[in-house]
Order: sequence, then C-alpha cells, then structure tokens
Amino acid sequence: MEEFFQQLTNGLAVGGIYALIALGYTMVYGVLKLINFAHGDLFTYGAYLGLTLLTSLALTDRLGFVAGVLVLALMVMGLVAVLGAILERAAYRPLRESPRLSAVVSALGASIFLQNTLMLIYGARFQVYPDHILPAATLNIFGLYLPLMRVLIVLASVVMMVALYLFIQKTKIGTAIRAAAIDQGAARLMGIDVNRVIMLVFLVGPALGGAAGLMVGLYYGQINFTMGWVYGMKAFTAAILGGIGNIPGAMVGGLLLGVIEALGAAYISIAWKDAIAFCVLILILIVRPTGLLGERVADKV
Amino acid sequence: MSRANLLVTGLCAALLAVAPLFLNAYQVDVLNSIGLYALLALGLNLILGEAGLFNMGHAAFYAMGAYTTAILNTRYQIPVLWTLPLSAAVAGAFALAVARPVVHLRGDYLLIVTIGVGEIVRIALVNDVFGITGGANGIFGISRPTLFGVVIRQPQQFFYLIWGFVALTIFLFLRLKRSRFGRALNYLREDETAAEGSGINTDYYKLAAFGLGAAWAGMAGTLFAAKMTIISPESFSFWESVVLFMIVILGGAGSIPGVLLAAFLVIGLPELFREFASARMLVFGLVMMVMMVFRPQGLWPSRGGQVSLALLGKALKR
Repeated sequence: MEEFFQQLTNGLAVGGIYALIALGYTMVYGVLKLINFAHGDLFTYGAYLGLTLLTSLALTDRLGFVAGVLVLALMVMGLVAVLGAILERAAYRPLRESPRLSAVVSALGASIFLQNTLMLIYGARFQVYPDHILPAATLNIFGLYLPLMRVLIVLASVVMMVALYLFIQKTKIGTAIRAAAIDQGAARLMGIDVNRVIMLVFLVGPALGGAAGLMVGLYYGQINFTMGWVYGMKAFTAAILGGIGNIPGAMVGGLLLGVIEALGAAYISIAWKDAIAFCVLILILIVRPTGLLGERVADKV
Repeated sequence: MSRANLLVTGLCAALLAVAPLFLNAYQVDVLNSIGLYALLALGLNLILGEAGLFNMGHAAFYAMGAYTTAILNTRYQIPVLWTLPLSAAVAGAFALAVARPVVHLRGDYLLIVTIGVGEIVRIALVNDVFGITGGANGIFGISRPTLFGVVIRQPQQFFYLIWGFVALTIFLFLRLKRSRFGRALNYLREDETAAEGSGINTDYYKLAAFGLGAAWAGMAGTLFAAKMTIISPESFSFWESVVLFMIVILGGAGSIPGVLLAAFLVIGLPELFREFASARMLVFGLVMMVMMVFRPQGLWPSRGGQVSLALLGKALKR
C-alpha cells in the first residue's frame, strides 16, 4: 500500500510534467497539423535557462523559496516562449504551404541544432541543480510520507493546465485559437489573424514546456542536453494517447502515461519501463484509433 | 531514360566503381556506410515515399536482420551470406505481424506507433530477450562472409559487396516502381479512398510495402553484421530511424536518385564537417533546416512528384 501510494504520486508528478510538454505538441498540431519535433528541446532549454538564472541571480536567497521560484518560472517561461516564436518564424513559417513531411524534417533539423547549441554552451556532461535551494520537507498524511516537492510539482502543473483550459475555452483569443484549429480558411474570413494565432500558439506551448523543464530540474536535480528527446517522445506519446489536437486529451494522456510508467516500473519491471508505455499506447490505438478523447473522424472524401 | 541521363548515370556509376582504388581505407569505409544507409533508405522509400506510410521505426527491422544473422552465425555456424534470405524473412514477417493491427491508423498515429515499435525492439534487445541477444553488450565474433571462396575482410572488398547489392536493389526497385504494384502504391499515397474505390485492396498493398521494405532492411542488417562482426542495441536506436526518415524526405519522397543523393549528403556531410569538431552536428541541423526551407519538395523529386506532393499536402491539410 505504501509503495503503491508512493508510485502513484510519483507517477502523477511525472505525468504532470509530461502533460505540460504534451500540451505544446497538441496545440501546435491542432492549428498547423505539424509535429513540432523541436518542442522537446525547447523543454531542455527551460531546464538549462532555469539552472543559469537560479545560480546567477540567486533569486531564492533574495526573495525566499516561494517568490523566488515563481519569479524564476515566469522568467524561464518568457524566454522559452520567445525562443519558440523565433523557431516558428525561422523553421516553420517558410514551409507553411509545403508538403507536410518537409516541415517534419525541418523540425528534426531544428531539434538537432538546438540540442547541439546547448552542448556547445554547457558541455556534454550532466548539469546539477544546487540542492540547498529546495525544501527537503516531507508531508505526513495519515501515516503516508510525501515529499513536498512532489506535491508542488503536481499542484503547479494542475494550476497551469486549468489556466490554459480556461484561457482556451473562455477568452476571445482562446476562441480564435479554437476556430483556427477547426478551419483556418473560415477563421480568416471571420477576421481572425491566423498568423497571430499561430505565433500565440508557439508562445504558449513552449512557455509550458519551459516550465516543465524547470520542474524536471528542480525535481530530479540533474539535467542533460539530450533529455529533450526522451521527454519529448514521451510527451508526444501522451498527446497521441489522449488524441492529438485535443487539449484535455493531452492532460489526461500525460497524467495517465506518468502513472502507467511509474506503476509498470514498480510492479512489472524497471528495465522494461519505456517499453510498457509504448505497449499501452499501441493497445489503446488498436481499440481507439484516434486516442482516448480524440474525435472520431471519418476520412474525408 | 533519355540518352543524356543514361550517360550521366553511367559516368557516376563508373566513378563510384573505381573510387576504392584511389581512396584510403577510412574513406572507403565512409562510402560503405553510405551504401548501407542507401540500402536501408531505399527500403524505407517503398514504405514512406511510394506508399506514403509514416514509418519512423525502420531501425527495428534493420536490427531484426542483423540479430538474425548474428545469432545463426555465432550459435549454429551458418555462413553469414547464407543468412541473407532468413534475415529478410524474419524482418519481413515481423513487420507484417506488427503492421497488421495498426496499418489503418491515420498518418501521425502510425508515426508514433512505429517509433514505439522501434523503441520496444531496442529495449527488448538491451534486456536480452529470450536470452539470445547478449543484452547491452550485444553479440560479438560474427565470422567474415565468404563469396566464391574469397573471405571478405578489407573495406575495399566490402565496398563491392555492399554497392553491388545497392546496384541490384536500384535495378529491382526501378522495375517495381514502374509495375502495377508500384502504381498501386502511388495511388494509395495520393488518395486512399479513391484507390479503394477503384478496386485496389489498400490493406494488402500497405502490408506488402511494409513487408518488402522491412525485408530489405533485414538484409542490410545482415551486411552490417558481416561488416562490423560485433553488433549491439545502440546501433539500432531511434536516431537511426530518424536519419533514414530524413534521407527519404530530403531526397524527395518516392525518388530513387533523390534518396541516393540524400544518403551521400546526410551520411557524408558530417564526415566532411569533421574539421568543425564538436560543432559539426550543429552545422548539420542547420543545413537540414535550410535545405528543407529552400527545397521543400526534396532535392531531387521524382518526375510528376512535384504536382502530386502538392496535392498530397493539400489533402492532408484539409
């Protein structure tokens, strides 16, 4: 019971991180039908920028833990968002009218470029977040011990997901994003500036991904310039699991994948952890070909 | 093929054929790698380029072939080249079994499933599945291949083995492309519903493309195992699948000369960039982006392919 609880909460924390990254994939896919393979690397930039800002500005020493981390998160999100917008402008906009797979290769090229830029700046070795910054406190809930960090990660990812959901569903700009996702041409006729919507999606998605990168840094303490591939692949899996293009789907898919992975690693085999996630994905797609919450689209004639 | 085309092709082939006489062992080895990737990419081109099925897990089939050869050779002392048909059969059968339940998935869903299959295979190899794959260390001590009584061990000898196989593949795939089968695959890529409406058994052709492309990857795996004499799971990572995917799209999906050209660029360029040392992959990524931005239809699109790819893009955007 104790172990199940630990694995479940750990899975939720990791799943929250997956969900945040998956949202970036799914939003871009929704509007552009493009798999942004460089998204995982934007996530890595979040982790590295977080580390640099944390050590160079000593925010947590000056402002205390809560305010310091909040300011840090906002700075990281802002910077990664700008990076995402630049990426869209440089690598994707020129390919808007081209065959879809060309944009995929451009995205892969961008991913390699971003990854190696980080390697040249920071070196190939693992970078370590300073550990005295984190509160190592543990909560005691009815005899079950829970690291505070884990609770904060879950809480932060849920808050961001809810905020995004409300933004997409309740605001005018969110409505424009949804309209552009359904039919770009019609949205343009309704007076929506589709280019601005796309730019916005490339600001919001990477911002969430950057926040996820910071969380991984704070949670695990170790980051590497290649980790974007692994997390990106997992998050993409999560987005597909929930039904790509579907925002609540990415949230559900991320949390589900995190929990499945954690429980699979604990009760089946840790060596097969990554394979279990993919097996579940394949089984779900066999039963539901467009993911859990994906719309059932018949092929248009 | 026009006379000028024939002349240029012949000239290139002749130049390549005498290249090992003037190059050092390292340079020939690079050419051998290019040949292996060309073989793999030609197989993937059937699936991704001709039939339009997004496959980003081609390394799994490559691994199947390499491990089939390695296991049969080290355990049962079967000569390496005799395992070629077996590797093809194992990889092909595996591809059919995997693709059968998922082949009807829409583009991007198929993409992630093939990525997943590639990862599952790699993890299975690392975890020494059935106790025969040697785990993370892989299998070593694969014997050298013999052809007509000659033991092949020099890079120059491998060059002729590999590129001979590439030449044979090009000949066969060109024939296939112009056959009823090839036309059916193209039709399938352009408009699946219309293809089905005109009596093409889409599931059959999709599976056939998968099986054939995978069988070719399996045979490339045999050649790889023979060349290296040691194989381990890290040679069949997600990265390999990504590189092959890039070769096919960069060359111009469905174009055999394009795929060959892209294999030279994608595998050869990083070798030329060696002087940039650690920055070479950065340059590589940048070049990839720039090439796609300036030639979105690929470097050497197949004839008529420009029109059809534009149509494909529109159809997918709807």
